[in-house]
Amino acid sequence: MKEITVHATVENISKVTAFVDEQLEKLACPMKAQMQLDVAIDELLGNIAHYAYAPGTGDATVRFDFDEAARVVSVTFLDSGVPFDPLVREDPNVHASAAERGVGGLGIYLVKKTMDRVDYRYADGKNILTIQKCI
Amino acid sequence: MTIIKRQDGTNLKIALEGRLDTMTAPELEKELNASLDNADTLTLNFADLAYISSAGLRVLLSAHKVMSKKGGMKVVNVNEIVKEVFDVTGFADILTIE
Repeated sequence: MKEITVHATVENISKVTAFVDEQLEKLACPMKAQMQLDVAIDELLGNIAHYAYAPGTGDATVRFDFDEAARVVSVTFLDSGVPFDPLVREDPNVHASAAERGVGGLGIYLVKKTMDRVDYRYADGKNILTIQKCI
Repeated sequence: MTIIKRQDGTNLKIALEGRLDTMTAPELEKELNASLDNADTLTLNFADLAYISSAGLRVLLSAHKVMSKKGGMKVVNVNEIVKEVFDVTGFADILTIE
């Protein structure tokens, strides 16, 4: 297991992406799965940066795990902000016309659709969200 | 992300290189806010765009709404990753993708 802790800001998302990409490259991860993971990091860390500690700021820790036998990558996001389960939100209507459309909820929907598994729990005062992708 | 802008009369062409994400989407939004008044058509060239996240989709949707009242907006040279994001989110049905 490897992990990185950053101040949860939009500017630091690229640091976490670079950290995860470095691990993925060692595993010869297919480019498509790497891009999907990068998008998921942007969505999830973006949410933490914007909402977890608002109006203040705080840290986010991102853990990287790899199950070699199953070739499953797990990326876990931990923050100590306001408890928030993004998975209870109703999926957006992706068939709405441009005029009717908002983009609320699209990010987490995208994560759910492109990852093989997404789990949320709240423990020890932390939001703990894990995404898994079979590579 | 790098924004490469070219204007032929009222036809605005914008090529994006890199990642259209939470960090960079505001840069594109700013560029479009400054440029769309003088454009009748908008072509977004995604040939060198690695990926897009929902922050980028938000900017595309508002540009689409502005341009649909004029000569329209199209997105060209979309890679497999970006296409998947458009398909999953239903943006493939809203945007003109060539």
